[in-house]
Amino acid sequence: MDHFPTNWGRPRNDAFDAYGTYPISQRPYNGPTTDAFSDGIQHTQQPIVTGTSVLAIKYKDGIMMAADNLASYGSLARFKDIQRLHPVGNNTVIGAGGDMSDFQYIQALLDQLMIEEFTEQDGHSLGPSEIHEYLSHVMYSRRSKMDPLWNSLIVGGFKDEKRFLSYVDLLGTTYSASTLATGYGSYIAQPLLRKAVEGNEDVLTEDEAVKILEQSMKVLFYRDARSLNKYQIAKITADGVSVSESRSVETHWSFAEGIRGYGAQTQ
Amino acid sequence: MPDMVTLPHSSLSGKPQQRQFNPYSENGGTILAISGADFSVIAGDTRQSEGYSIQTRYAPKVFRLTDNAVLAVNGFAADGNMFVKQVRQRLEWYRHAHAKDMPLRAIARLIQTMLYARRFFPYYVYNILGGIEEDGSGAVYSFDPVGSYERESCRAAGAAQSLVQPFLDNQIYFKNQVPRPGHPHPQHLSLETVIQLVIDSFTSATERHIEVGDGLEMFVVLAKGSPLHGLENFDGVQEMTVTNEGERIFVVRRNLKRD
Amino acid sequence: MLTASVYSNPGFDFSNLTRNNFLSEKGLPLPKATSTGTTIVGCVFEDGIILGADTRATEGPIVADKNCEKIHYITESIRCCGAGTAADTEFVTNLISSNMEMHALTHGRKPRVVTAMTMLKQYLFRHQGHVGAALVLGGVDATGPNLFTIAPHGSTDKLPYVTMGSGSLAAMAVFESNWQANMSRAAALQLVKDAISAGIFNDLGSGSNVDACIITVNHTEMLRNVEMPNERVQKERTYVFPKGTTAWKKEDIKKLVLSEEVTPIGVEAMDTD
Repeated sequence: MDHFPTNWGRPRNDAFDAYGTYPISQRPYNGPTTDAFSDGIQHTQQPIVTGTSVLAIKYKDGIMMAADNLASYGSLARFKDIQRLHPVGNNTVIGAGGDMSDFQYIQALLDQLMIEEFTEQDGHSLGPSEIHEYLSHVMYSRRSKMDPLWNSLIVGGFKDEKRFLSYVDLLGTTYSASTLATGYGSYIAQPLLRKAVEGNEDVLTEDEAVKILEQSMKVLFYRDARSLNKYQIAKITADGVSVSESRSVETHWSFAEGIRGYGAQTQ
Repeated sequence: MPDMVTLPHSSLSGKPQQRQFNPYSENGGTILAISGADFSVIAGDTRQSEGYSIQTRYAPKVFRLTDNAVLAVNGFAADGNMFVKQVRQRLEWYRHAHAKDMPLRAIARLIQTMLYARRFFPYYVYNILGGIEEDGSGAVYSFDPVGSYERESCRAAGAAQSLVQPFLDNQIYFKNQVPRPGHPHPQHLSLETVIQLVIDSFTSATERHIEVGDGLEMFVVLAKGSPLHGLENFDGVQEMTVTNEGERIFVVRRNLKRD
Repeated sequence: MLTASVYSNPGFDFSNLTRNNFLSEKGLPLPKATSTGTTIVGCVFEDGIILGADTRATEGPIVADKNCEKIHYITESIRCCGAGTAADTEFVTNLISSNMEMHALTHGRKPRVVTAMTMLKQYLFRHQGHVGAALVLGGVDATGPNLFTIAPHGSTDKLPYVTMGSGSLAAMAVFESNWQANMSRAAALQLVKDAISAGIFNDLGSGSNVDACIITVNHTEMLRNVEMPNERVQKERTYVFPKGTTAWKKEDIKKLVLSEEVTPIGVEAMDTD
């Protein structure tokens, strides 16, 4: 029985207040505390439309990042013109792998944050380290609610003469290094990047950095089945942020021309 | 994908199984702390890994909290970093309220309550707190993930705990060593010996544990007015404290094998 | 009329599988085998084949062997790198090596790489993946240089450059960036070293040293530990325990030298004059 007197004599259907005695929102509610759909609130999800690797390296003048333009739907190459490098303010780019809808939500979150900070007009703007700190808290608190944003993010930036390069993922795990890669890139491209960059961070020119990323994107295209030979490169230097037009690399597939079959077959 | 676990459904075998989000991960590495009469050494390797991949070769696991307290965290890196951040915030509030640093034993109790507050969604982190007690003695406190703690004079935790702790038991507590007649075991080990033992622990763990390596970061906390005990002779020593009025903290860094 | 109580189903008997699953559910899992998280590679060059391997063997996260040999002998000019369960790679290569020798004696000529490959894949397929060997098989025979990978279920692959094991992606990245057709011996050996090193330094399952094996028409050169980039460093202290350190509860000294007194009876002394 409902023991609250103001609810007595009311229609069974709470959505319809036939007598208009109370605004519905103010009426005390003493029914069951969950609705029919509460069991259906699904926090834990799985990625649906996904992006693959993001690569990033430090070089002489700043940070350079690369990500291809593919958003996959399972094994279907669903969207082939998606930008996964997103500039935030004048000193930062974030690159995202994982669920693209979660990434777009993060973009909206960051754009809103930058507007709020701008309207303060206090002479401060958020740099890469602040944005990374913010993102790591967003990602960690969502994982703690068991409702993660299913992404691996790389934050690259250049501010106050300093390069910044850091990673954060759906678990809230963070780390920095002079080369970073997400997804399959961490298995395939990271060894190449480390060999080319470690110890040369202050020597590598822009051209050399572009070459290293081009080479790595090519190898990823050869070996990652969810990748595309159409990608963008972002650079963040003292001059600010720039994201290139989509480009591709020349590939060669004739390496096994003399080979027939997979076993004893010869012709 | 490492982030997914498959939950077994006892009654629903045959039906599609739900893939559930696993909020934890394990990031490898090892930490260790040893206390002496008037000093304390807290060390950790700097490799952060997941599965068979190295995420970074330099991710600190040992953090200076105050001028007389150093905290080492090991386990799930995201929990570890977030936990250190919150401990530091509480210590800052304490500083504002009491105009002094929180004493070591109080920090230890604070860490216990903070860990136990998350009893049913724990920080998957093993903590070791080292520093100087108010009476000027070196101290080490070790914690389990939900806040059970104990003051000890030496403790190893993390991936290579099972390799390092027996070595420490033998070399620090002289377990399984019978003293020669007329040569009793020393009451306190010198700082030099302790640092050598720490370095050897980590080079050995690097040899035999795949998740340990890349770098060693070792913090030394000296009691107020304590001599340097030959610390100045070590390669690459760097002082972290600004004055030598109170306790002093030094950091020693070494390279470890990267394979 | 009674029939024999033993009835054997045709094909494989999987009854133990149910028992084993039941036992592991009850907390009695099968013993864990030493698994070699590994980087192994193979590569064709102008004169033949170069195989490469790291030398780390692991048991979970523990390094079981810091300098093991993963390039196994099949015949003089056929070798095989093994990844996966250490015992399986060891036994399957031994078995096939033995069968290849018998094959050579039976037919009176040098056996071919495809023969070894076929024997291996048929053996592995027969065991349905329960023999956990992932192999890179390479050699030179009458048909020229041959290079294969064989997966634990018995599928094979024929390519000019191949990688296997937990470090296969790191090693393959190096091959995909630098491999060229008809490489010289020196260039190909350097490439193999680089590919294995990528595995050693980026994959935790791989480590220690680089082994390589260069196989040409009439010569096979096994380059054991051709690169040693991970030598153990000097310890800070020496750990020598003084005599008497180990405690004892009981002292019991046994004389291990047996002495016997022999009394010669009625035997004349040997004439030594």
